[in-house]
Amino acid sequence: MYNAGKILIGLAIFFGLATFPFFYNMGKAVAKPDPKLDTPEIMKLAKQDRKCVEPKEFMRAEHMQLLNNWRDSVVRDNVRVYVNSEGKKFDMSLQNTCMRCHSNKKKFCDECHNYMAVKPYCWDCHIAPKEKES
Amino acid sequence: MSINRRQFLKIAGISTILGIGGTAVVNGLRKGDLEASQMEPNPEGLTAKRWGFVVDMSKFKSEADVKRVIASCHDIHNVPDFGNPKDEVKWIWKDDYEHVFPGQENEYATEEMKGKPFMVFCNHCAYPACVRVCPTKATFKRKDGIVMMDMHRCIGCRFCMAACPFGARSFNFRDPRGTDANGQPFIKHLDPEFPTRTKGVVEKCTGCYERLAKGKMPACVEASNGGIVFGDLEDPNSEVRKLIGKNYTIRRRPELGTQPSIYYIIGGNENA
Repeated sequence: MYNAGKILIGLAIFFGLATFPFFYNMGKAVAKPDPKLDTPEIMKLAKQDRKCVEPKEFMRAEHMQLLNNWRDSVVRDNVRVYVNSEGKKFDMSLQNTCMRCHSNKKKFCDECHNYMAVKPYCWDCHIAPKEKES
Repeated sequence: MSINRRQFLKIAGISTILGIGGTAVVNGLRKGDLEASQMEPNPEGLTAKRWGFVVDMSKFKSEADVKRVIASCHDIHNVPDFGNPKDEVKWIWKDDYEHVFPGQENEYATEEMKGKPFMVFCNHCAYPACVRVCPTKATFKRKDGIVMMDMHRCIGCRFCMAACPFGARSFNFRDPRGTDANGQPFIKHLDPEFPTRTKGVVEKCTGCYERLAKGKMPACVEASNGGIVFGDLEDPNSEVRKLIGKNYTIRRRPELGTQPSIYYIIGGNENA
């Protein structure tokens, strides 16, 4: 091998740089997101009424599809009443239905979105509620 | 066991019919289960075959009438005021007779007519040019005749602005949520129940679709004290049709064939 010394030093530097983030963060756990559900609006409700439009597990996994369907239905078809799996009816509106209870966008939406590094553009236009915490 | 040709055709025919019938029944049931039961239109919502407006110019006497009507719309829809005509965003505004009805100028028109503030907003045309040119279907015609904007889809190409012969569309050259040089926000009264727009999308009058869905009349109609009347143009007994039937009305640039849905009563009853 020609120039073995230079190549080996170069390789060592390259590996050092390439694996630096892994070594640097080794053993450090990033805090798990902890979305808060204790806004004054939710706490005001009776215990059995503290339910989202669909069960927690469904909302956790599917809220983006649900919101997409709501948006298409309202804007394009003018169909704006949602009947949930229990037969309860809701006005399909991010600003006026979702955020009326979840008046803590930073602790509710952003908490997980930042952790997952997703940037939905909802709030470019939709107005976030005044931040309230319990 | 062997079957003859006749028996084979019978069996094949019956199983085909059962097959087609079977899937149709199953699909029909499934559709009802999933879609119809999950979302439904608001029962209070106002419906029509083709919404239209009649603007009665005799009801617009002073500058205050005009300002009140414009504010009623711009306040609830978070329309920004950029303070200069180049960046201006407007849903409803006023203009002079000669600009609203070009080609119908009259050099001997009465002084009153020359100064009259004509209320202009999106015509919600029956054959809207803007909808034809939109490459993303961000602007589209609803079943009730409203020419609607889907801000989620708008890519800001401004074809619709070039196509619209009435100048009803405005582009957000600047961020409507920003502030001017003095730190004043462009949106003076932020309505928390309605979204703003973002930089780079086109906006216009949407016929107060959000109010219609709740059974309310458009904001300008409510604020105009009868100056703007709203109703179903396809319904011969509606108030708008009665007004159009009784009075001489004109529309903006009908020669272009877009069939605007705003009718202007110019002279009032006695000199119609």
